[in-house]
Order: sequence, then structure tokens, then C-alpha cells
Amino acid sequence: MSALQLKDTSAAFKGKRVLGPLSLSVGKGEKIALVGGSGAGKSTLIRLLYQHAQGRVALVPQDLGLVQSLSVFHNIFMGRLNEHPTWYNLATLVKPFQRERNDIGPWLEKLGMTEKQWTAVASLSGGQRQRVAVARALYSHAPVLLADEPVSALDGPLAHTVMGLLTDSFETSVIALHDVQLALKYCNRIVGIAEGQIALDEARERLTETDILQLY
Amino acid sequence: MSLTPTVRVSLLFFAIALASLAVADIAITTANPWRDLGRFFMGLATPDFFSTDSLGTAILRTVAFAFTGVALGSLSGFILALVYRFRLVRTLCAFIRAIHELFWALIFLQFFGFHPLTGVLAIAIPYAGIFAKVYSEILDEADPEPRRLLPLGTGVISAFLYARIPDCWDQIRTYTAYRLECGLRSSAILGFVGLPTIGFYLESSFSQSHYSEAGALLILFYVLIATMPWWLRPKLLPLYVGAAPFFLGDGLPIVWGNVTRFFTEDIVPSPIRNDEGLSGLAAWFSDLMVNEALPGIWNTVILTQIALVFTGLLALLAFPLISQHFGGPVRRASGNLFLVIARSTPEYILAYILLQLWGPSMLPAVVALALHNGGIIGHLIGRQSSGIKLRADASHGVNRYAFELVPRVYRSFLAFLFYRWEIIMRETAILGILGIATLGFYIDSAIQEIRFDRAMVLILITALLNIGIDALSRYIRRKLALQTMPTC
Repeated sequence: MSALQLKDTSAAFKGKRVLGPLSLSVGKGEKIALVGGSGAGKSTLIRLLYQHAQGRVALVPQDLGLVQSLSVFHNIFMGRLNEHPTWYNLATLVKPFQRERNDIGPWLEKLGMTEKQWTAVASLSGGQRQRVAVARALYSHAPVLLADEPVSALDGPLAHTVMGLLTDSFETSVIALHDVQLALKYCNRIVGIAEGQIALDEARERLTETDILQLY
Repeated sequence: MSLTPTVRVSLLFFAIALASLAVADIAITTANPWRDLGRFFMGLATPDFFSTDSLGTAILRTVAFAFTGVALGSLSGFILALVYRFRLVRTLCAFIRAIHELFWALIFLQFFGFHPLTGVLAIAIPYAGIFAKVYSEILDEADPEPRRLLPLGTGVISAFLYARIPDCWDQIRTYTAYRLECGLRSSAILGFVGLPTIGFYLESSFSQSHYSEAGALLILFYVLIATMPWWLRPKLLPLYVGAAPFFLGDGLPIVWGNVTRFFTEDIVPSPIRNDEGLSGLAAWFSDLMVNEALPGIWNTVILTQIALVFTGLLALLAFPLISQHFGGPVRRASGNLFLVIARSTPEYILAYILLQLWGPSMLPAVVALALHNGGIIGHLIGRQSSGIKLRADASHGVNRYAFELVPRVYRSFLAFLFYRWEIIMRETAILGILGIATLGFYIDSAIQEIRFDRAMVLILITALLNIGIDALSRYIRRKLALQTMPTC
């Protein structure tokens, strides 16, 4: 059974087709890396998958979608806003409960953000913001992850930490990446996009770095 | 040489103002205007803070009416902003904000009498219309992305509180605080129609030539507005808003019979009330149009166009006073003081004072409108010009003004000026209450003669005129691609 599915779907921007028509089926347990040059349509494909998804999906878009004036804690809490009654969310806005603080604390620690917990997102650096968006997705407990370049602003070791967390925590994931090494290390299926079409779709074992680099 | 569209529009408005000036009644009619003006400034220089014990009451009531009215207006405006996408709501808001606070007060006075509710509603209703528009614009600008990312099944209220409000909160707060300052001015002038705020005491001091008392009132008012950043703390706000309704004074009780009579008899056109048929109604209406509405509209438009251009001229002349690119700290400080006083004094109070000194004509109104609005725009443009980085070898003096600064700020200057066009017209209409023959004059006379049916039609016409000017102003701003955020 597939977790995500696109069938002959295409996307247009200002009347011009930018992606597809293409079909893609993502099975449960698959960790897909979307690779391809910039402008090839990776972001559009992530969006399309999100729009067509059934059930709970965590999304880390390229522009992160954080609320700038809320704290790191609250932005992460928003990943589960649907699980509480309104009064509970309202009270959390004023003063968070111990329960959520205990739940969110460990994620912050793993991402090295504990000290920034109560800082407004607006005053964070690019890499820190990216980790907040990742933490929101991790905290949401969705079975499926869609992420668009979630480690583009992170340096070496941190990028590995985040990729490890993302691929371990979600049963199924589709992550757009421009770093081929990361794609090969953390994913088990590689989908390459070129000029709005799927140009490559293979299991990781059957690919080498040079195979992928031909896409660029 | 071909002219740019902005210059062409400026010249057109300048020409209209010159033509209006030719037909306008501008004269100083008092015997000794300069002596009176001198005595007034002596009063300001020798303020008497202890002449009566009502000074404290005047300030307290002014603040109480402002807080209660603005709080109520902001709350209702916020609720209206949530449904602002409906055309009916937008029209309703445009209509209620097109009617000036003083006109609302005059209407409510007829049936609520001197009850505090009159003053509170007179501020709250037009402010609700303005708040609704501005809040909805602010809310629309919030980043839509966080809303799209919320997990499925998130409640509407939770989504609103997390993904919409935080992004807008700063802007909403800044704008509301700014509006509160406007509310203090509105509250002050409500005294001129008999409510117990500063205007009431100012009018009685003037009529008895107690200039030192009037000076003390004005100085207290400036201090109140200038010190707002210190006493208006977010933490104290609930306290102020909670306490304000208890300091409105008792006024007079509402006679509910008057309320019923106002709606069922007073505002019904007299030919209908007296069964004079359609021909009677037509005669009544054409008499009203020819003898009151049209002269009122004519004078309102003429005065507005003159005041608009003088406002612009004053703003252009005044902004160098506070610009970083001119003068030393002393000149900037005194320039700032002048602009603070000019923009803190409500047009109505300025016009009232000048009218006492120079006698009734359009001149005091033009000067009052130009001083107040020119002060506001001059301040905004001056601040903006300070942010401009000039090259090290830029010219100095008049050349710097004419070649480096004015061309750079001219577009935002025009945007502000056109934005205030409608506000100037609304004020122009209201200045009629002081005896200048604009629409407010005919409205006030009709109310004095207890002909509320005529007054209501004239108020309606005034509102439509404002809405028309607002639409025209937006059209011109769009044509010239001028953008601005609301300032007042």
C-alpha cells in the first residue's frame, strides 16, 4: 500500500507547465531523496505531494513557514495544534504546560536549541530557523514527512544529525536534497528530477554518486 | 520639457487652489486681530494652572472619554475586520467613518442628551469603521504559509491565534496606540458641543478672555500627549481601560421618550410627517438642496482644496526643520517642538482660537487645517528624509533641499497628502460649526432650529461627499502608484 501517490499529475505556473505530467508512488517505509538541479521542479513536486496527500503529513517547506514573532517553543507546538481544545492552545500561548515542555525539551536538546527555547524566531539565524521547522515536523508525530532542502543552511555534523533524526523518526519520507552524499547515506530510494520530469528512479543500492551527478 | 505625472497632478491641484482662493472669502474682520493674538500668546507664556479646580477634571474626563471610546471602537473594529470581506460590512464601515465624531455627537445629543454614552459612542462608532479597515488590511498582510502548514483538524480559533495574530500583533498595537492619541484629540474637541472635556473649558475660558487659563489647558493637553510613551505602558493598559468608564462623569440621565421620538418623528422629513404628499416632499428637498446643501458643498470643496495645497506647502517648508541634513541640534529641537505642537493641536481648536482672534472667514480655517496637517506630514517626511544617505560631496543649503531631498521624498509626500485629503475634507465640514459656511454650518443651524430631518439629510450628503473624495484620492494614488500606510 502506498503512503503517497501521484497519477499523471502536472503543475503549472502562470499558465506555463513547470512539472509533469508524472506519476509517483511512495510506499510505506520508503525514504526517498529527491535530487536534481535548481529549478528542475523539486519544490513543486514536494508541494504537489503535500496537496494530494491523504492523512497526516509533516511538511518542512523551503521558506519554513514559521511565525516570526512567536517563540521557538510555540512554533514547535504548532505541529500538534489539532490535538488540543482551543482553550488549551490559548492557555499555552500565555503559559505553556509542563506536559508539552517535557515533550518538546528533548527535541530541542537533540538539535542543540535548548537555550533558544523562548527566543522569538525573528531573532534567530538561518540555520537555527531551519532547525525549528525541523523540530516542528518531528514533534508533530505524523507518519509521513515531506521536506524541501531541510539542511541547506546547516553545516556538516549538524546536517548529519538532522538527516538522521528525520529519517529515523518518520516511517515514510520524501526529502528534496541537493547534497548527493547525504541522499545516498540516509535514503533508500533516489528520485531524480530534470526539466519537470522524473529522469531517474532507483533503489539506493544500485546507484553511485556519478550516476546522480549526470542529472546536474 | 515634458512633465512627469506627479508634477502635472501637483500643478493641477495648485491651479485649482488658486482659482478657489479667488472666489473664497478670506478676510480678517476683527478690529484688533494682532492685539488679541498677542494677548493669547501672553496667556500661553503665563499659564495659570490654579485659576479653577476644573483643570484636573477636564484632563481626567478627556482621557476617560478617549480610552472608553477608543477601546470600544477598537474591539468592535476588530470584530468587523474579521468579516470585512463582505461588501455590506465594507460599505457600512466606509459610511460610519465618513461621519465626523462631532457630527455623531450632535446626533446622539439629540436623544441621549448630555449622558456619557453620547461622547463614548461619538468616538467609538467612527473609530470602529476606521479600525475595521486598517485591522483587516494588517491581517491580510500576514504571512499565509504558517496557516497552510497547520496540522489537519486545527480549530479555527487556534489557527487564528497562532498563525495570524502573532505576525500582526506589533502593527496592530502600534496602530491602536496611535489611534489612542487621535482619540485624545477627538475627546478634547467633543467639549465644544458641551461634553465635559477640555474643549468645554477652553471655550468658556476664551469667551471670558481668560487667556492664561486657556494657555494652561492647552499646555496640559500638550504635556498629556507628549508624555504618552511614558504613561501608556502595555501592562497598565487593562487598568486604564477598566477604570476609564468610571471617570466619565454622571452627565444627565437619558430620557427614553426622546430616543423614541427622535427616530419616529424628529428625523422623518417634515412633508411626510405632515402628509403633504410627494409634491411637498419634492419642494422640501429641492429647497434643502438649493439653499443649504449646494452652497455647503461648494464652500466645503473650495476650502478643502485651498487647505490641501497650503498643507502641502507648509509640509514641504517645515520638513527641513527636523531633517538630519539641515541645521544643528538646536534648530532641530525647536523644529521638533513646533511640529509636535502643530500636530498635537486638533484643527478644530486651532480654528476656534484663530476665529476668536481674526473673526469669521475662511482664513482661520485654512491656517488651522494647514498647520495641523502640514505638521503631521512635515514630521513624517522630515523623519524619512533623515534616513536618506547623501554622497559626501552633495551640495548644501537650498541646492541640497531642491536637488537632493525634495525629489527623493516627493512621491511619499504626495501619498501622505492625498491620504489626508479626505481627512481634511471631513474636518472642513466640521469647522462649519464655528460659523464658516461649510456643510457643518448648515447642519449645526438645522439642529439649532430643531429641524433634525434636514440635519440628517445634510449629514448624509457630507458622508457621501467624503466617500467620493476618498474614492477619488485612492484612484489618483493608484494612477500615480503612490503607496502609504495609514497614519491618522
